[in-house]
Amino acid sequence: MTTPILETRGLSRSFHGLRAVHEVDLSLAPGRIRALIGPNGAGKTTLVSMLIGRIAPSSGRIAFDGQDITDLPAHERVRRGMAYTFQITSVFARLAAEENVALAARRRLGTDAPAVDRAVADALARTGLADRRAETARDLSYGHQRLLEIAMGLAQSPRLMILDEPTQGLADSEIEAFEALIRELSATTTILLIEHNMNVVMSLADEITVLNFGEVLAEGPPEAIRADARVQAAYLGTEPADAT
Amino acid sequence: MTRSLAVHAGLLALLLALNWLLPAYHQGNLARVMTLAIYAIGYNIAFGYTGLLSLGHAMFFAAGMYGAALPMRLADLAIGPSFALGLLAGAALALVVGLLALRTAGVAFMIVTLMFSQAFYLTILLLGTWTRGDEGFVIPAIDRQIAGLDLTAADTRYLVAWALFSAALLISLRLVHRPLGRSFVAIRENEERARLLGYDTGRLKLWSLVISATISAASGAAYATLFGYAGASFAGVQYSIFPLLWVLLGGAGTVLGPFIGTLFMFYLIDLSSGITEAYMLIAGVVLVLLTLFAPGGIAGEIRNRLWRALP
Repeated sequence: MTTPILETRGLSRSFHGLRAVHEVDLSLAPGRIRALIGPNGAGKTTLVSMLIGRIAPSSGRIAFDGQDITDLPAHERVRRGMAYTFQITSVFARLAAEENVALAARRRLGTDAPAVDRAVADALARTGLADRRAETARDLSYGHQRLLEIAMGLAQSPRLMILDEPTQGLADSEIEAFEALIRELSATTTILLIEHNMNVVMSLADEITVLNFGEVLAEGPPEAIRADARVQAAYLGTEPADAT
Repeated sequence: MTRSLAVHAGLLALLLALNWLLPAYHQGNLARVMTLAIYAIGYNIAFGYTGLLSLGHAMFFAAGMYGAALPMRLADLAIGPSFALGLLAGAALALVVGLLALRTAGVAFMIVTLMFSQAFYLTILLLGTWTRGDEGFVIPAIDRQIAGLDLTAADTRYLVAWALFSAALLISLRLVHRPLGRSFVAIRENEERARLLGYDTGRLKLWSLVISATISAASGAAYATLFGYAGASFAGVQYSIFPLLWVLLGGAGTVLGPFIGTLFMFYLIDLSSGITEAYMLIAGVVLVLLTLFAPGGIAGEIRNRLWRALP
């Protein structure tokens, strides 16, 4: 049994008495792709926001790589190897695409300009944005901005990458490319994927955690989740299974 | 990079040559503009590049001014070490103020910096025994000599102002090309994103403020030593607003903007006061027009329309 790269114990968060996330125990094995699914308002984004340190938990602990990080600020967690891509695209809108990625790479590589250039070129090539490197981020199409978010994640070469609804707004052809990219990435990086597109989830995930009303409803491999009656009732039943 | 270096070096060469070309009146003006443009360059680091809208930079300018002038007046310290003390005073003040004020952001940051600056201004008045308050004091010509240079002579004063301005401009140009300057821009553009890329934005903003304040203090120290006067009016609110106006007019977040804005505003007031006594009316109309039609400032519009790579 290897140490989980990320582990939470009793992680909870309430907003004015409303339990957004309640007593979540999550354990991610290194090198796997874990999907986090659940109906809207199930607490997925609140949960990952606590993982990366954007919001503080009301109670519970978070460990990354065996070390307690609950009290660390977000930037310290990123330094230890976590990366987060935003659900609502949050790029540096007025900067060139390559500068967006360079900012991600530079924090890790510092003043080593050739290494930064290589990391930027690599991340842009892998996301198919190489031709658009000089374009201002806000002039990119929505789909390309989503890919730029992912390129910024790649350039950090994280050990755990948290992707918050990365395929939202992508065209079908872009989703295929995205899936290939994530499979390739999973060789070196653990991935936590929040995703609404069930086709993407079923084809990519090694394990799935289903969140409902802030609590873990079910957890297991895709086939088991697909067959789980409670999941169907809570989630798949309320929305068509191929909600894309 | 090479083209931008050529443009900036070209400006510095032109300014140097103007020392021998300009009539005395304009030579004196330009020496003053260059000295004050250092202040604008410093302000631009915090405001233009990092997005920290401070309304209290006069305290840093004045810290440099008094940090240099008081040791000369009270302890007969030589001009070189006094100048260094001025820089130190600005940096130390920024460190303390930054640690407190940077706990706020946006409008609250504006108000907190304004209040600190007012407190600094009132402290200068309170210590009138030494500072002589509003009236200020003159630094005697005999003290304004360094390494055989007489800072009271028009030529020398112009050249020293030029050298200090060049240093500030090149430091600013270098900074914005370095990873540190780039991370300042990242904070200005999207602080939350910068934080989630692993940047310690709190510490970086403090760095930005200290660098900005030190350059502003250099301007204050240069003003005191070159023009031989220190007075509390330089710590007043209007001296916090001036660099904001200069930078906005010239182009926030551009290296050349602060100088262009300072020059423009200086001559705008100079020329319009020759036309009418209500010269601020003309200045005001021009400012309104400029903000309406060139919201990026002069250098900002050049960057938007003509040359996107302008740093």
